[in-house]
Amino acid sequence: MSETPIIEVRNLYKTYRAGDVDVHALQGTELDVAKGDFVSIVGASGSGKSTLFNILGSLTPPTSGTVNVAGMDITKLSSEERTRFRKSTVGFVFQKYNLLPTLTAEDNIRIVQYIGNRGTEFTPEFQEILNVLGIADRMKHKPRALSGGQQQRIAIARALVNRPAILLADEPTGNLDSQNSAAVLKLLKDLNERLGQTILMITHDQDAAAYSKRTIHMKDGKIL
Amino acid sequence: MINKLVISNLAHRPVRTALGVLAIAVEVCMILTLVGVSYGTLDSAARRARGVGADIMIRPPGASIISLSTSPMSDKLLDFVAKQPHVAGVTGTAVQPLSGFDSITGLDIDSFSKMSGGFHFLEGGPFQTDQDILVDEYYAKEKHLHAGDHVRLSNRDWRLAGIFESGKLARICARLAAIQDLIGNPNHLSQIYVKADSPDHVEDVLNELKAKMPGYQIYTMEEFTSLLTVNSVGMLKNFINVVIGIAVIVGFIVVFMSMYTAVLERTREIGILKAVGASSGFILKLLLRETIVLSILGSILGILLTYVTQWIMQNAVLSSLTQETVYAWWPIAALIAVTGSLLGVIVPAFKAIKQDAVEALSYE
Repeated sequence: MSETPIIEVRNLYKTYRAGDVDVHALQGTELDVAKGDFVSIVGASGSGKSTLFNILGSLTPPTSGTVNVAGMDITKLSSEERTRFRKSTVGFVFQKYNLLPTLTAEDNIRIVQYIGNRGTEFTPEFQEILNVLGIADRMKHKPRALSGGQQQRIAIARALVNRPAILLADEPTGNLDSQNSAAVLKLLKDLNERLGQTILMITHDQDAAAYSKRTIHMKDGKIL
Repeated sequence: MINKLVISNLAHRPVRTALGVLAIAVEVCMILTLVGVSYGTLDSAARRARGVGADIMIRPPGASIISLSTSPMSDKLLDFVAKQPHVAGVTGTAVQPLSGFDSITGLDIDSFSKMSGGFHFLEGGPFQTDQDILVDEYYAKEKHLHAGDHVRLSNRDWRLAGIFESGKLARICARLAAIQDLIGNPNHLSQIYVKADSPDHVEDVLNELKAKMPGYQIYTMEEFTSLLTVNSVGMLKNFINVVIGIAVIVGFIVVFMSMYTAVLERTREIGILKAVGASSGFILKLLLRETIVLSILGSILGILLTYVTQWIMQNAVLSSLTQETVYAWWPIAALIAVTGSLLGVIVPAFKAIKQDAVEALSYE
């Protein structure tokens, strides 16, 4: 690998308390993801993949180790800096879509653009992404009027609106039927190929992982 | 964009929003009604005082503005005042307080009529005996009285001789001697009204009386009516402050509950906003704006409700209270409502800000 990886994880540990028990979710995890890659992390539940997702997205800090994302060591950030990092560097796609229920699809995207200090007008490039996602005619609807597949496509558009360095997807097809799953995965693949968007996807589904360029397995808090 | 989210959040839970607005409206209405009644009652007292037609008023030493004092001035003062230069007319009254703001005023109908032009009777006529009283049209309407009815006031039975057009001296009048007897203070007066022979001499008469009657409270009527304000009546001012305090607490509790449940309910949404990079300031702004919108809507509704309470006071539950619309208090009441609401949103807002994004996102 000639270029510096966009994600570089070294000796990462995360221990958290669940009730009276210490859970060692990550135990010396190491990971490199190159810019423009589309990586799947596959593992059973409890393998630590969601914890890795939360740390990479700077939603939670690790116990020890280093995580470099787009040239920034995110383990040393303050709470405000982590907020700024999430705003500018990562886009999230969740299993449960996580759209704001009171806003229309369009406003769900615009508010994230607004939070990212990029105004509320979509750029021509982003209009192109919307076309690729095939949701132009559903933009005025509220989430509850949309199917799961449509909601997930809105969520993908929302994740990309601020042009993040990495797109993190946590079980993006977990709530979808096989047809919609295939459509969403094809879209992710397409976005990776067309835009060179770096994508890191967490899944327990081998079929889903097959859409990515590279699959990494995780077990007991370690990359296999 | 924040405003859009604020409005859509408020619209998402219409019942909660409506209840919040209504509670704040009741708070605002409570303040404005109390203030309106205070101003209204004092203004109608001032109007009645002007209706006497006097230029100068003499009150015993130590009486307060809306004094309920019984009669400590001797009626010999009437002759003394009448003999002063440029005095055209003098009349004295004795006042017996009743419950609330009401009182019976004893008057000498001849000298009073000479000064004021006399009562304009809508029903019945002047006193026939010492057992007769006269009431104004509002009091009659409120108590459903007609001329010839018997009325029990201050442990005495009275016959209602006549109903007069409101705006002269008092709302309930009887013969001076009857009231002096009721008070057990014959030949004593509560107030003396003086008319000068010309408006140009009012000042001279005033100075003359002040010089000759040290210790007495002597005002021009103009001065006296201008003293009838909420601020000069300590009891009213305190009462208004207490009600404002209660209103702030009510607003605080209502908004606290409303925003607390809103924050709980939106745990997940707040988590989403945090995940996409919304700062604490953004979340705070969101909740503050929502609260301010609630309290402004509540204030507007509260102001509209005061017209309803005004109507109710005039028509449905008649009482001796007059409610005015005091425009100057609209922004004050609204500000009080906004303050109470902002106090109420502090704790819910901090709860929202401190929420952990990962936990919030997994919140069902």
